[in-house]
Amino acid sequence: MDRSWETPGIPEDVQADGAIPTTPSAKIGLGFFLAVVTSMFSLFTVAYIMRMEYADWQSLPDPGLLWLNTIMLILSSVAMHRAKRAALRGEVRGVRTGLIISGVLSFAFLAGQLLAWRHLNAAGYFIANNPANAFFYVITGLHGLHLLGGLWVWGKTITKVGRGLEVRDLSLSVELCTTYWHYLLLVWLVLFGLLLST
Amino acid sequence: MAYVAIADQVQELHDPTTFIRKYIWSQDHKVIAIQYGITATAVGLLALVLSGLMRLQLGFPDTFSFIDPVNYYQFITMHGMIMVIYLLTALFLGGFGNYLIPLQLGARDMVFPYMNMLSYWIYLLAVLVLVASFFIPGGPTGAGWTLYPPQAILPGTPGADGGILLMLVSLIIFIVAFTMGGLNYVTTVLQARTRGMTLMRMPLTVWGIFTATDLGLLAFPALLVSGVMMTLDRVLGTSFFMPAVVSMGEQLDYAGGSPVLFQHLFWFFGHPEVYIVALPAFGIVSDLLSTHARKNIFGYRMMVWAIVAIGGLSFVVWAHHMYVSGMNPYFGFFFATTTLIIAIPTAIKVYNWTLTLWRGNIHLRVPMLFAIGFIFTFVHGGLTGLFLGNVIVDIPLSDTYFVVGHFHMVMGVAPLMVVFGAIYHWYPKMTGKMFNETLGKIHFWVTFLGTYFIYLPMHYLGFLGVPRRYFALGNTEFLPDSVQSLNASITVSALIVGSVQLIFLYNLISSLFKGKPAGPNPWGATTLEWQTPDTPPTHGNWGPALPGCYRWAYDYSVPGAEWDFLPQNFPPEGATIDSDGIVRSTDGTPA
Ligand code: HEM
Ligand SMILES: [Cu+2]
Repeated sequence: MDRSWETPGIPEDVQADGAIPTTPSAKIGLGFFLAVVTSMFSLFTVAYIMRMEYADWQSLPDPGLLWLNTIMLILSSVAMHRAKRAALRGEVRGVRTGLIISGVLSFAFLAGQLLAWRHLNAAGYFIANNPANAFFYVITGLHGLHLLGGLWVWGKTITKVGRGLEVRDLSLSVELCTTYWHYLLLVWLVLFGLLLST
Repeated sequence: MAYVAIADQVQELHDPTTFIRKYIWSQDHKVIAIQYGITATAVGLLALVLSGLMRLQLGFPDTFSFIDPVNYYQFITMHGMIMVIYLLTALFLGGFGNYLIPLQLGARDMVFPYMNMLSYWIYLLAVLVLVASFFIPGGPTGAGWTLYPPQAILPGTPGADGGILLMLVSLIIFIVAFTMGGLNYVTTVLQARTRGMTLMRMPLTVWGIFTATDLGLLAFPALLVSGVMMTLDRVLGTSFFMPAVVSMGEQLDYAGGSPVLFQHLFWFFGHPEVYIVALPAFGIVSDLLSTHARKNIFGYRMMVWAIVAIGGLSFVVWAHHMYVSGMNPYFGFFFATTTLIIAIPTAIKVYNWTLTLWRGNIHLRVPMLFAIGFIFTFVHGGLTGLFLGNVIVDIPLSDTYFVVGHFHMVMGVAPLMVVFGAIYHWYPKMTGKMFNETLGKIHFWVTFLGTYFIYLPMHYLGFLGVPRRYFALGNTEFLPDSVQSLNASITVSALIVGSVQLIFLYNLISSLFKGKPAGPNPWGATTLEWQTPDTPPTHGNWGPALPGCYRWAYDYSVPGAEWDFLPQNFPPEGATIDSDGIVRSTDGTPA
């Protein structure tokens, strides 16, 4: 028979009926979602590099504000990480502080990005003037939208904290938020590097 | 009754009580599957009607005053896009994926039921936005389903005002819907299999859908990226894709953009898309052939690896759609080579299907007829693909009817054969009723033979040089007069094939009321969905206990076994299979 690799029966390492899978589904789902987002930003990057080759490309000045924004995003990620650590230790207070700081810094990052847009606009770098401008607005815009989506989940998590849920019931949400924040930070660093180096 | 929905979700799955919760705003994967199926079929019928209108024009030019060149372009575009995305992708993944993944894996539902429900409603929104473009001034876009810039957004192209925008917006909405569904399908496969259902025991149907969903998750972002950039070019006047153009005597504000960049992005999505449609078909057809030939699938592990290999390779062949756009000859060589390499795992699959049939106990029931029909049409479409994969052959044939014949065979007719076969195969499980066998056979023979009458001559027309996407041939002196008679006969066949689909729909609907009760396992199939305690399966699928999985999905005609099939939940210590095809422990309780 063409299935020498197995004998009928239940292999021993397989979970029993109703057992909790070792990794929560939400984590796996998030992992796949990040793969989708990675695919999207990589394609933007490739398009950016391909479009750069054409003669009309004129790089933007790098607004100094972006450095400040970057620092805020890094700090927000750090705060999120501390919330996660606190959740692991079972300290609601640490979770709450970490989440709040991280959220505030994320909003500050978004505000900073909007401000950078306004500065550029005021200096005459409109979206339609040059492909470099267009890419800048689109990529930062999409990154911001993703952060906004994260903040929606963050909002749900912080409400749970407000409702006084046990840390045990929060820790998965906090952990997922942390993964997502770190991921968006990484994406931002790559994109920022791309903008700086071109 | 309330059961734990999926192993790692603590909340319980409550039986929905109100009508709305049960049939409309439902989180049950089976209801969502049927919603996807009905919506996709409805837009699919629209696309079919559009193809009929195009054929009327091509077969009998100057006869139908209500079809003008503008309409013709709009029909082509909407027909192509609907067929590929809104019908086939939605039906295979949203429809069959939703219905079969939890049932075949012995799960109670998808792991994120709420997101699954949203996925359907967002898909419906995408469809409505698309269809709305028929009702706006200027009508839908006529850019061709490839939406190539610059012409897609230039004035003068049909639908350049609103149509193209609605198309782009609808595609973006569709991608959101697909991502929500797709995350569900892959996570469910990884997380919610019942005990004993190892990955290498999954039915090939699930393997096909799983791999196709992975492709979709990675490839649709390319369509999203190009869609977003094109929308900005159109709305805000950026020049991602738009070069400097003089349009209708007027210099436009665009400058410097690269249409070829769009083509790369589009086909980086577009080629995997072919396999997003084909891989589920590959998987499903394997299960149909094995069940109705009462033989194990030949080379199960090879089939799995072939699916995965094809999926991976499909990301490195995209530029074979761009040979005529101009490229470095070494690139052309590279893409021709990868294209030919992908033929190897594909050919392995075809051999394995054929070898599964070899000396099988073949029951020519309707699902089996369609499955065999798939092998024929897929092989024919695949062979012409080998021709077109070579730069030197493609260049003269590109944009002729040879290409139209090729892609309709390989990604139109062949997957549709599987769609039909699958609907007939699972109809008894989904409704509890048997369809009318005679009507089903009429449907098969007319569709199968009819498509040959439609598409085979197209290859010849292509050799003669009949161009694709032409409203009328005009003064093309190099074409013999017989081209016109051939076109007329293609149209007649197309209209016949089109109208036979009404018999199919009639069969599906009337059998709901008049069909004989089917019983839980009419085909004597081994996969778990045929072992549900109720037919059609009720909310939660399995009653109090999940089925265990003790063997692969292909134990047909096992030597020495008392029955000619052993379902996946047939335990090694032995049990009985009752006359309904349900496994019972030796003391008569459900296994
Ligand atoms: C009875 C069934 C069908 C008929 C009679 C039909 C007929 C046609 C016709 C006449 C064209 C226009 C060719 C031209 O003028 O260049 C066309 C284009 C097309 N069809 Fe179909 N078709 C059918 C089914 C399908 C299916 C199932 C698919 C799914 C993949 C499909 C996908 C396409 C695509 C992608 C195009 C190209 C559109 C474009 O050029 O932008 N068709 N079809
Ligand atoms: Cu291709």
